[in-house]
Amino acid sequence: MLIRKPADIRPSEITSETNYVNRRDFIRAGAIAGGSLLAPAAMSAVVPVATGATLPDVAKSAFSTSETPNSFEDISTYNNFYEFGLGKDDPYRNAQDFKPRPWTIEVEGHAEKTGVFEFDDFMKPFDLEERIYRMRCVEAWSMVIPWAGISLADVVKHFQPTSKAQYVAFETLEDREQMPGQRRRSLDWPYREGLTIAEATNPLPILAVGIYGNAIPNQNGAPIRLVVPWKYGFKGIKSIVKIRFMSTRPETSWNMAQAREYGFYANVNPEVAHPRWSQARERRIGASVFASKQNTLMFNGYGEHVAHLYKNLDLRRNF
Amino acid sequence: MKALTQIRFVWKPLVFLLCLLPVAVAAGDAFGVTGSLSANPIEDLLDRFGNWALRFILIALAVTPVRRLTDWNWLSRFRRMLGLFAFFYASLHFTVWLVLDRELRVDDILEDLTERPFITVGFVAVVLLLALAITSFTAIRRRMGRRWQKLHNMAYVIGALGVWHYWWQVKNDVTEPLIYAVILGALLLARVVWRQLSMGRRKRSPA
Repeated sequence: MLIRKPADIRPSEITSETNYVNRRDFIRAGAIAGGSLLAPAAMSAVVPVATGATLPDVAKSAFSTSETPNSFEDISTYNNFYEFGLGKDDPYRNAQDFKPRPWTIEVEGHAEKTGVFEFDDFMKPFDLEERIYRMRCVEAWSMVIPWAGISLADVVKHFQPTSKAQYVAFETLEDREQMPGQRRRSLDWPYREGLTIAEATNPLPILAVGIYGNAIPNQNGAPIRLVVPWKYGFKGIKSIVKIRFMSTRPETSWNMAQAREYGFYANVNPEVAHPRWSQARERRIGASVFASKQNTLMFNGYGEHVAHLYKNLDLRRNF
Repeated sequence: MKALTQIRFVWKPLVFLLCLLPVAVAAGDAFGVTGSLSANPIEDLLDRFGNWALRFILIALAVTPVRRLTDWNWLSRFRRMLGLFAFFYASLHFTVWLVLDRELRVDDILEDLTERPFITVGFVAVVLLLALAITSFTAIRRRMGRRWQKLHNMAYVIGALGVWHYWWQVKNDVTEPLIYAVILGALLLARVVWRQLSMGRRKRSPA
């Protein structure tokens, strides 16, 4: 006799718990979205808990490059994330047991809205977008990564910084149990990064929560990390737990470690060499061993969006 | 079989094959047989060959101290081969840099050699290793007499240059170059201590 199993419910048919709990908002948002064709996906950013789970409602962006993205394998196994070790594959190997939930983000400093926010509450006001960006590491290699995330400018505006807020500072989680690399003093933990308020409100930077449409892998900075495509990769602070609006320039980790080699701005600049290597050219990860390097572009090719931010700045001195 | 014959026809070929293992694994990884190179294969090869060059310099330098401690005099039969493997891996490291990393662009190479001290230091080490490799033939050794030992004491200088090159290249955490530096320091110290002891013995003995 044939015993029939109940028809499988496809994962896509299941209402996520967050959507279920907020079903009235969901319906309202849907109604608004349906009502206005101009509004791009007016849906709150819902990020599933499970690492690698598919993110719903990720809108395309005009800021995305048309270059071919790197493979998920390259993006998720070749990382600099010293919290999980110094080798390129250490983060992939050592971050598998990392717990990106529960997660809270503390917003503090010169802003109208501050406080400690549970991750889902933090994300709720914002829209998810796909941003396919070039990523240029200070070590002269590069990738193209299809991020999913929320606009940092939207986040900054949401918390209503006061006129005193000239900089936005970020901090990574400090947890020696979960982050074995923090047991070594390879950097002064926790990892710190920062932007000027003008940089942070530029439309390009995002807080990324996904790659290739799925929740971001731990080794890439789960659950939420910064992406600033015209700056060297180390500005993209990972696993953020703190955002602080400051009146003075914040300390930043690599600058604290080697001020002569790593500046606060860290804009991609082929004309200003690192003291130990040239920044004129870069190796695109995933290319053949015999493929030649490509020329590095000023501001990593994002000059039309950001060059005006540095009009009166000597980029040779403010590297 | 006589001990010397056994070393020559059994142990030496075995050690030789063992010393080739790192380059065999690298080749296997490059073609996806034994594993794979990292997403940045050139950097991966540079790291591997550079590390093995440094390791073989230290291994070759360790032969004499270990021989003295253990009285295993047969160890000295392997010293030249181990030193030549240091040269072999340094050459691979240098070639990957020259051909794959710098793509044989003369201006790039000159810029690196003149403006990046860590590369200058590494280059000097490779040139010195070349001098030791060329003079490693028995006939040349005999011809050079006492000058040969003087020249080949440069192995310590090469080791120091190698560690220095590695130290400067590391972005921030110097733990690994520090380990090499400590081993090199210990080997050098063993040499100094040995010399002091043997000189003391010579003084005490009747003329």
